[in-house]
Formats: sequence, structure tokens, C-alpha cells
Amino acid sequence: MIETGLLLAQKNIDLLRMFSQLGEGFVVTLEIFVLTLLFSLPLGLLVSFGRMSKNCVIRSITKAYISVMRGTPLMLQIFVVYFGPYYLFEVSFGTGYRFPAVIIAFVLNYAAYFAEIYRAGIESMPKGQYEAAEVLGYSKLQTFVRIILPQVIKRILPPVTNETITLVKDTSLAFTISIAEMFTIAKQIAAAQTTMIPLIGAGVFYFIFNLLVALGMEKLEKSLDYYR
Amino acid sequence: MTQRQVLLEMNHVKKSFDGVQVLSDISLAVQEGEVVSIIGPSGSGKSTLLRLATLLERLDDGELIYMGEAAATSENGKSVYASKEKLKQLRKVFGLVFQNFQLFPHFSVRKNITDALVHVEKVSQEEADSRAEKLLAQLGLSDKADNYPYQLSGGQQQRVSIARALALQPKILFFDEPTSALDPELTGEVLKVIKELAREHMTMIIVTHEMQFAREVSDRILFMEQGVVVQEGTPDEIFENPVERVREFIGKLG
Ligand SMILES: Nc1ncnc2c1ncn2[C@@H]1O[C@H](COP(=O)(O)OP(=O)(O)OP(=O)(O)O)[C@@H](O)[C@H]1O
Ligand SMILES: [Mg+2]
Repeated sequence: MIETGLLLAQKNIDLLRMFSQLGEGFVVTLEIFVLTLLFSLPLGLLVSFGRMSKNCVIRSITKAYISVMRGTPLMLQIFVVYFGPYYLFEVSFGTGYRFPAVIIAFVLNYAAYFAEIYRAGIESMPKGQYEAAEVLGYSKLQTFVRIILPQVIKRILPPVTNETITLVKDTSLAFTISIAEMFTIAKQIAAAQTTMIPLIGAGVFYFIFNLLVALGMEKLEKSLDYYR
Repeated sequence: MTQRQVLLEMNHVKKSFDGVQVLSDISLAVQEGEVVSIIGPSGSGKSTLLRLATLLERLDDGELIYMGEAAATSENGKSVYASKEKLKQLRKVFGLVFQNFQLFPHFSVRKNITDALVHVEKVSQEEADSRAEKLLAQLGLSDKADNYPYQLSGGQQQRVSIARALALQPKILFFDEPTSALDPELTGEVLKVIKELAREHMTMIIVTHEMQFAREVSDRILFMEQGVVVQEGTPDEIFENPVERVREFIGKLG
């Protein structure tokens, strides 16, 4: 579908069509963005628990996982997730696996970053808050959910905002396995028509998207300003 | 005098941290309605004693008994704790007021008081709110119910934390230096609240450096040093006939 679109566009420069194609790509970009956050935010919390676990095996495994995820390029991780099953087990999921592969790679990568943010937030909580809750009879789970986590979320919002903005830009890495997200499409049009315009258009899309993300996060931070 | 119920018994309590003995052999019994103050120099183990009693720290050896029911018994020179369920049940007997309040900053004053009632005690929100209202009125904080802790003075925060503890209707209330995080001009309002509670025969164990207050409010005073009780008696006995070490200590504080 995109290929036929490209063929048509080759003949005459139709800005409107170009933006509609970029728009289609943007939907995919948005999907990567939303799905990554949706899964990596909770997974990151789980990983941070592993990282702080009393069990030293679990702790070491999560520590190694985090350090690999943060220490290697996301692009490489996308390749590994996409081609890995074929090279390791000689199973091929076909091109339908591209999108899931990108989501898996992004989720695994961002969960590692979020885990460290959660950990810093959780460890910054004073011991007295846990003790006050314990004496009042809260269970461990209640203490975490009712007392600790809400305060941690407020504390970690600034670094989470940073990661989220990085994620918007990172979505473009999906082009490496030819996902039809915005950057991939912009590059194709640019190559076919030898023009910079689609790339600039994509840049504007990313920029506005990030502006909105920043605005949303600021709103969220403000909404938690009612206490200190 | 009628024999009142013994609410708390700590027998031959021992505790060390990293091989350093912090409490050597402390025994203590507190009857219903009694106010016991614990005084002594820094590092003598007063907070540790309270933390053991409130189950925040575990005894090495000795017994911890609430209303005749053992939280910890001593077996072969080691403390053995009761089941989790039992401890959960015994935790309801006491409340603890921290030196630095430890209010929950993300909860309003009212919610600080009602949240445990609703989510731990499973009291209805209405009932919890009405208890909170009464307590706030009693402690002169009615107009602060919808404020957040950061909007209150230290003295007000400490009174809220007392209300939070009282809401759960404990039989014993522990205080660990309830006024030492406060500016001097704010200690009075907190001490006044504690004195009122004493008048209502609330059973309390208070670690404090406020000698005059301890003398006024207590039925009994324990002087601790280096993990042992050096002298124990009524305020008059302690202040009129202090042993050498206690005299020095009281003298120093004026
Ligand atoms: N968790 C701990 N780990 C190691 N040492 C500890 C711990 N808690 C207390 N101690 C040590 O135990 C001793 C008694 O401490 P504790 O806090 O009970 O004294 P205190 O009488 O309350 O003193 P203060 O008047 O300064 O509050 C101190 O030497 C302290 O350093
Ligand atoms: Mg202390």
C-alpha cells in the first residue's frame, strides 16, 4: 500500500498526499510510543523490585539485565529481538513479527531505564514512612500501594518525563527493520523525490509531539503539587 | 489500691547491634492508666526500647507481653516471636508517636487520621470521619482538617500524629521524644495535649528530655544509661533522691 502510494507520489509533488502519508506513519509512531509506555512502566516497577530483592540470584539477574539494556544500543536490541529467533531456533515469524519485535525490544529497553528510576525513587523514601505505616497496622502491600508508591510517583515524574521525551525520538529507530512509522516513510519519500521536505515535515511532527508530551507531563506534575 | 491490669511487660530484654550490646537486661511492667517516662543520656537505648516494644525491632533475648499475651517469649537464651497473625493482633494494642511525626504528606490531615481506620480496621468512612472530627476538635485542630501536613507548624503536625495514633484507640501510646524536633515555642502545645491525655488516664510511655514535664506528668520515671535502668521511681523519688549519676544528668539539663 505504501509502495503504491510512493509510486504515485513520484510523478508530482503533492504536499497534501505527503503529509497524509506522514500522518499514517505518525499513527504507527504513536502506537509504538503508547504500547511501549503501557508495558514498560509496570514492567519497570517489577524489574526494580527484582533489583532490590533480598534474594541475591534475582538481584544479580535483574542487575545484569539492566546493565545490558542500558549498555548496548537500542538499535542492536531491535535486531536481536527481530532476527534472534531465526538464528537461535531457526524459527521465522515472517514480516508480521516486525511490529511485535519492535514493541518487545522497546519495552525491554525502557523497562530497564524505568526500573532504575523507580529504584532511586523508592530508595529515597524515608524509613520512617514504612515504620509509621507498620505501627498503624498497614500490610506490606497496603503500605506500598497507599503510602509509598504515590509519593514515589511524584518524586520520579521529572526523570520519567525525560525518558518519555527520549522515547518519542527513539521510535524512529523502528525504521531499522522497516516498520512503516513516520521516519521510515519520510526517508522513503525523500529518497524517491530527492527532497528534504518530508524529513523536515517529520521533524515538525516529532517536535510538536514532544511539545505535547512535555505539556502533558507538566500538567501531571502540577496536579500533584497539592502536597510536598 | 485495686490491682489494675498489666498492659505491657518486658522481661530481661537484651538487644545488640553489630555485636554491641545496646540493652543489657531491661525489665519493665506498665499498668493500665500509668504514665511512665524514660529519661537518660543520648545513646542509652531509650529509642531502642520503644522500637522493641512497638515491634519495629526484634528482641535478641527476653519476653515481650501485651495484656498477658506473648509477642515474644524467651527460649534457650533467644527470643521467639509469636505468629504473624498474633503480632498483627497485638499491634492494635499500642500506638507510637514519632519524634519527626512521620505524617503521610500526600494525605490531608483528615485522611492521615482516617485512612488506617478505613483500610486497616475496616471502619466505615462515615464513622472514621466522625472520629477524626472529634479528635481534631479535642486537639484544637478542627480548622486544619483539609490542610496538608506541609501547611502546618511542627507543633500542629505532631498533634495530628497524636490524633492519628489515638484514632485507632490503642490501649498504650508510646512517644519517642515528641517535642525534640520542635522549636522551643511549639513544645508547649504538644506537652499540653499529652498532659490532657494523662488526665484522662491514657496509658503512656514517654521518652523525653523535658525534665519538668516528666516530673509533672509521670507516675513513674525510669532513668536509663548504657542499656540498663539505673534508677526507677516516682517523680519525687527521682528528683528528690537521685542517685549520683541521675543527679549529674538532671543537674546538667537544669
Ligand atoms: N539500627 C541500629 N543499628 C546499629 N546501631 C544502632 C541502631 N539503632 C541504635 N543503635 C545504637 O544503639 C545505641 C542506642 O541507641 P538509641 O537510639 O536507642 O539511644 P537513645 O537513648 O534513644 O538516644 P537519643 O537520646 O540520642 O535518642 C546507640 O549507640 C546507637 O548508635
Ligand atoms: Mg532516641
